[in-house]
Amino acid sequence: MNLIKAEKLSFRYDDESEYVFRDLDLTFRQGEMAAVLGHNGCGKSTFAKHLNAILLPTGGKVYIDGIDTCDESKIYDIRRQVGMVFQNPDNQIVATIVEEDVAFALENLGVPPKEIRERVDEALQAVGMYKYRMHSPHQLSGGQKQRVAIAGIIAMRPKCIVLDEPTAMLDPIGRKKVMNTIKKLNNQFGITIILITHYMEEAAQCGRVIVMDEGKVLLDDEPKEVFSHIELLKQVGLDVPQVTEFIWELKKKGVNIDTHIIDEEECSSILLKLLS
Amino acid sequence: MFRDITLGQYFPGNSIVHRLDPRFKIIMTVIFIVTLFIGQSAVSLELGGVFCVMAIVLSRIPWKLILKSLKPIVLILVITSLLNLFFIKDGLPVFEWRFIKITETGINTSVFMVVRIALLIAGTSLLTYTTSPIMLTDAIESLLSPLKAVRFPVHDLAMMMTIALRFVPTLIEETDKIMSAQKARGVDLDGGKIMDRIRSVVPIIIPLFVSAVRRAGELATAMECRCYRGGVGRTKMRSLKFGPADIIALLISIYFLAAVIFVNAKL
Ligand SMILES: Nc1ncnc2c1ncn2[C@@H]1O[C@H](COP(=O)(O)OP(=O)(O)OP(=O)(O)O)[C@@H](O)[C@H]1O
Ligand SMILES: [Mg+2]
Repeated sequence: MNLIKAEKLSFRYDDESEYVFRDLDLTFRQGEMAAVLGHNGCGKSTFAKHLNAILLPTGGKVYIDGIDTCDESKIYDIRRQVGMVFQNPDNQIVATIVEEDVAFALENLGVPPKEIRERVDEALQAVGMYKYRMHSPHQLSGGQKQRVAIAGIIAMRPKCIVLDEPTAMLDPIGRKKVMNTIKKLNNQFGITIILITHYMEEAAQCGRVIVMDEGKVLLDDEPKEVFSHIELLKQVGLDVPQVTEFIWELKKKGVNIDTHIIDEEECSSILLKLLS
Repeated sequence: MFRDITLGQYFPGNSIVHRLDPRFKIIMTVIFIVTLFIGQSAVSLELGGVFCVMAIVLSRIPWKLILKSLKPIVLILVITSLLNLFFIKDGLPVFEWRFIKITETGINTSVFMVVRIALLIAGTSLLTYTTSPIMLTDAIESLLSPLKAVRFPVHDLAMMMTIALRFVPTLIEETDKIMSAQKARGVDLDGGKIMDRIRSVVPIIIPLFVSAVRRAGELATAMECRCYRGGVGRTKMRSLKFGPADIIALLISIYFLAAVIFVNAKL
């Protein structure tokens, strides 16, 4: 079933400026994990902000679970269904204590105190930050802060989480932990994930990859298929995962090899077979 | 260099004073201040002193910290005592030399004033020493809530305080970073005359300001994403509760106030 449906979506920031996108059609199914790629300024963040009514379409419609985002009376239902995590963890943590911050959305929604307590503990455990619940945010690393921000969203029990470059400011270890958390939310809790990223390795871990360019959907398929269009991707200023590029170079050199490979282990096993 | 600043000066602990309801602590602090100010005689000051010392001992806050809280006002204390010493001319003269005349009343008043101010500061810093900033904010919101009836934006005020507290460490860190970045570009921040120093603040303040505005914008969006819509219909995870201990503590402070009023009446 389609959880999110954008129909002929057009948007520009004001009357004089150019359209960021025009007649964009895109749907997301309940429970899927999709990556959105595209070069800087192609409109990924702008699109993301349409999914929980932070921005409203100039033309066309966005439906979340059948609800039109323009319906002002349903705005908090929409925001509870579609949570959003941003790039800079420092600028999305509100409270001075971790657990207070995770409780923030629930307090806004008027959930009774006892239930808030339960859901906060649950959310902190889900992201593996329970033992830091009494810490102050500035005592945490970037990756830990980002996981707290994610906990603040999942406490709302949303159907979907949109993450706008959540790992861009993190070190490799923090990045890995955040990615594992996101994957766990998708696998264990069936939360739909829309991951905007510049890291091809992260996109390769998703079930679906969408490539945007100039406000249009250029490619929309499984990662293996998408990354096999190496030349097209390079044209629009994107990279492919290192293994894919490596295989592709081999192929250019005349080695007979399947280029639909994005996984390091798969790659090494194929290479071993080839060499023996 | 900025990392040493601790705003709010909270010292975590588990003493009875720490565990009191923050709303009661604020009210008790106000009562204490009133007690000090209406006190006319040495006796009333002694009463205030007993109350203050009692609270400090119960809080198990080291005396060193209390003295440290007095350090910034040493100058004020000295000036106050000197002014009182030299400008009060009535009463028995103790010392006279040309136009300088020090009287017994002058000495008494200057000691009285110094002790009064010192007690005032020690007592109020005990409040921030034993209460976490978030508790203070909660308490202020709760105490001011009657003002909601006259449309005073109580919740917004508390929210602003929370966010300010939340961002102090972040902005301090950022100031450090900007200073290093500007130094790396050859800006001289340490040396020079006073005017040069003031001028050298500009390349720090402006980037800091720009970044703070950007942060504020992003934070507002993040808050909207988490369904923030002001104080209406909002609940709290941790609600403030008071018990018998709080009431007893309050009664003790009222007792001291009453005692001082009684002493005044007797004068
Ligand atoms: N608040 C704004 N007001 C006006 N124009 C904006 C605003 N935010 C973004 N834009 C413009 O809209 C276009 C799309 O920006 P957007 O932030 O959505 O890109 P993005 O794909 O998220 O880029 P990045 O990869 O750098 O995050 C850009 O041309 C940008 O200049
Ligand atoms: Mg963006």
